[in-house]
Amino acid sequence: MLYLSLLVGLPVAALISLSLHSNAWSTVLHDQHTRAVIGFTLFVAACVAVIDLVTGVALAWVLVRDDFRGRRLVNALIDLPFALPTIVASLVLLALYGPDTPIGVHAAGTRFGVLLALLFVSLPFVTRAVQPVLLSLESDVEDAAACLGAKPWTIFRQIIFPAIRPAAVTGMALAFARVLGEYGSVVLIGGNLPHTEIASQVIANDVENGAPQAAAATGLTLIILALLVFLALGVVTRRWSRHG
Amino acid sequence: MGKYLLRYGVLTYLALLLVVPIGLVAYRTFENGIGPVWDALTSPQAISAIKLSLLITAIAVPVNVVFGVATAWFLSRRKMPVPWLVNAMINLPFAMSPVVIGLAVYQLYSRDGWIGQHLFAENIPFLFTWRAMAVATMFVSLPFVVREVLPVLDELGTEQEQAAEMLGASALQSFFRVTLPAIRWAVIYGTILTVARALGEYGAVNLVSSNVVGQTLTLPLYVQNRVSNFDPTAAYSAGLLLAVISLLILSGMTMLGRSGRKEDTV
Amino acid sequence: MLTSRRIAAGIALTTIAVAAGCGGSSGGSGSASKTINLVAYSTPQKAYESLFPAFQKTAEGAGTSLSPSYGASGTQEKAVEAGQKADVVEFSRSSDMDKLVSANLVPSSWSQNKYDGMVTNSVAVFIVRKGNPLNIHSWDDLIKPGVKVVTPNPLSSGSACWNLMAAYGAQIQEGKTQSQALDYVHQLLEHTVSQPESGSLATAAFVQGTGDVLIGYENEAIEAQQAGDDVDYVIPSDTILIQNPIAVTTNAANPTLANNFVKFLYSDTGQSIFAQQGYRPVVKSELDPKRFPTPPGLFTIQSLGGWTAVNAKFFDPENGLITNLENETGHGASG
Repeated sequence: MLYLSLLVGLPVAALISLSLHSNAWSTVLHDQHTRAVIGFTLFVAACVAVIDLVTGVALAWVLVRDDFRGRRLVNALIDLPFALPTIVASLVLLALYGPDTPIGVHAAGTRFGVLLALLFVSLPFVTRAVQPVLLSLESDVEDAAACLGAKPWTIFRQIIFPAIRPAAVTGMALAFARVLGEYGSVVLIGGNLPHTEIASQVIANDVENGAPQAAAATGLTLIILALLVFLALGVVTRRWSRHG
Repeated sequence: MGKYLLRYGVLTYLALLLVVPIGLVAYRTFENGIGPVWDALTSPQAISAIKLSLLITAIAVPVNVVFGVATAWFLSRRKMPVPWLVNAMINLPFAMSPVVIGLAVYQLYSRDGWIGQHLFAENIPFLFTWRAMAVATMFVSLPFVVREVLPVLDELGTEQEQAAEMLGASALQSFFRVTLPAIRWAVIYGTILTVARALGEYGAVNLVSSNVVGQTLTLPLYVQNRVSNFDPTAAYSAGLLLAVISLLILSGMTMLGRSGRKEDTV
Repeated sequence: MLTSRRIAAGIALTTIAVAAGCGGSSGGSGSASKTINLVAYSTPQKAYESLFPAFQKTAEGAGTSLSPSYGASGTQEKAVEAGQKADVVEFSRSSDMDKLVSANLVPSSWSQNKYDGMVTNSVAVFIVRKGNPLNIHSWDDLIKPGVKVVTPNPLSSGSACWNLMAAYGAQIQEGKTQSQALDYVHQLLEHTVSQPESGSLATAAFVQGTGDVLIGYENEAIEAQQAGDDVDYVIPSDTILIQNPIAVTTNAANPTLANNFVKFLYSDTGQSIFAQQGYRPVVKSELDPKRFPTPPGLFTIQSLGGWTAVNAKFFDPENGLITNLENETGHGASG
């Protein structure tokens, strides 16, 4: 559609054209540090996606199947990191895990701090994807299994998890993509050190240092990687739905 | 037993990751009383930042809602020329770092950019003004409405619309009277997510803004400006304001969600 | 709730937006504009908030207004090249100004006044906790075991390069060879626990409790003290003179006004306001030696080759000497 091509297509095309200047692609792909940072970003994004899978499903479960006072409030809170601007998220995280920490957790300037920041911003994705599916699951199969003596964990593993698997994986992919491109929330708590640097910072540095072509090339690399993830996800989910 | 373990484990995770940090920011904001906070938020720079943020959001959101619904409808009901490309372009803003989005918009509209060169030649201000900031915001908040509406449209099926058309309704009438009411909760939820994203955008807008104090700073940019000027109270105040607006949006969502679920026939 | 009316409203808003975009040309009319568009690096915002009202009290400045933009020096320079309106530009390094000269946006004669185009000076200092509990006085004290250093990241912020060249240059000044000096910088980076994106963010991080010593500018230290933060600062005997270039652009809307403003900044009034804000005046008569003592081993970037050469040699994003040191520090490889 015209709107899409105007709004999205043209700028991205301009970006691609920019990256084709001055050997940017070969410089970026061969640069040791950029490769290391992209590698770290991918690794952290994958870790976050996996942790989010566990916590997200657990959260969704508690919110759907459990009942306790304040459940509705907790349900509303889940979306907070999603709605909170990244700059505020970074202030928030530095307040808690930085040097003035009131709970004794010093994570500023560490890779763990980066992980915490990214867990914060990606919290809602898996939960929100899984919740509607859990809601719509009818319990007769589970009840039958329970009658036949299956333990709760088995029921979960054999019956529930396959049903929520596509939604969970979609949520994971969204979390992965979000984290891959994250910028604002990480910088303050990561301390902007070489070993806590994530890809967006390399891109911003390149812009500041008058190397926008390299920034464009690095940015496009990230986009291609994320799109590959989405593509793989699409293939996998389709295969699952075909096998019922 | 396992149930309680799970419940309290999850709640602790949430508390540590979410609740405590935000409570701490609230505490830090009001450490010196309400006066400084009020002064910070009513200063001309803060007010201009609030107004600019609202202006950009008021432009970016309706545009994205209209085109989002239209795009979802076309994807679901009609054959799109290259559906995989359209899908990719819709999901692209999710996959792109805000800095990269800013850089792309910047590149297109700068003095020697494809569109920019014409704008500069005609003396039409675009880049570095609120207009480019609005476009960058539109880019980052693009996917939400489409992603919410598309699955609902798919699940809905076309029976009701076909029935309407058999009874003589035009395509447009059937859209407004039949389809739209059925997807309205998805549209509302998508709109709210779009608003939240648009209000909070930092990286992309930072790059395409002229960063003129009192003119082209949005609220998130203003927060950063205050941090850089040794004014943590103002930074925390503006940050808390953004957080409060987000919370209001959230409660709006919750309230609509609750009443919405009861009426959903899906 | 979602009626055709809402859709129509959306379309109307879009039309308005597009119309507003395509509508009027820029605000400046034929007669002289009364607004000065200032594009500066991130630090001097507070200074200009005092300077401009004083300028407005003069005959040349009556009835004028300021449109100030502050940001990272390199990004600001790039913005001016890409078309951002600018009448007066001020950067953290003269290399940024030279780039605008190449783009024909600043006249090549910008530095040919008696101050070499620099409007303020400062020096690189050690900012420490009140009372200097760790007794830090020299560059060697920074690499003592256990000392935690904070300094802005030179790859994110051009102005951060001053700090590292101060470190490097001090070693050269003490008679070390290039490789010994680089070795010192390497050790310094190993001691660094945080490298925020900009000088002021670094100061903010330090004030909030990160690290034992911050390498920063004297004017930042003074500004922090004036804001009530509990910090002291030490001027090492060997340190670099930080010089900030200013110029009027070639396409200024009202060159007379812009030049008058810059002249004001060089005037005794202007320079004394800068001094109050913690900057070292370039006009010698305004420089108070008690407030701004001159360190015995003060050197300039010229003695190290000038910014253009230094940037290429040390901070080139691909193979600058200090870029490489940065990338080697910490845990190096990913994961």
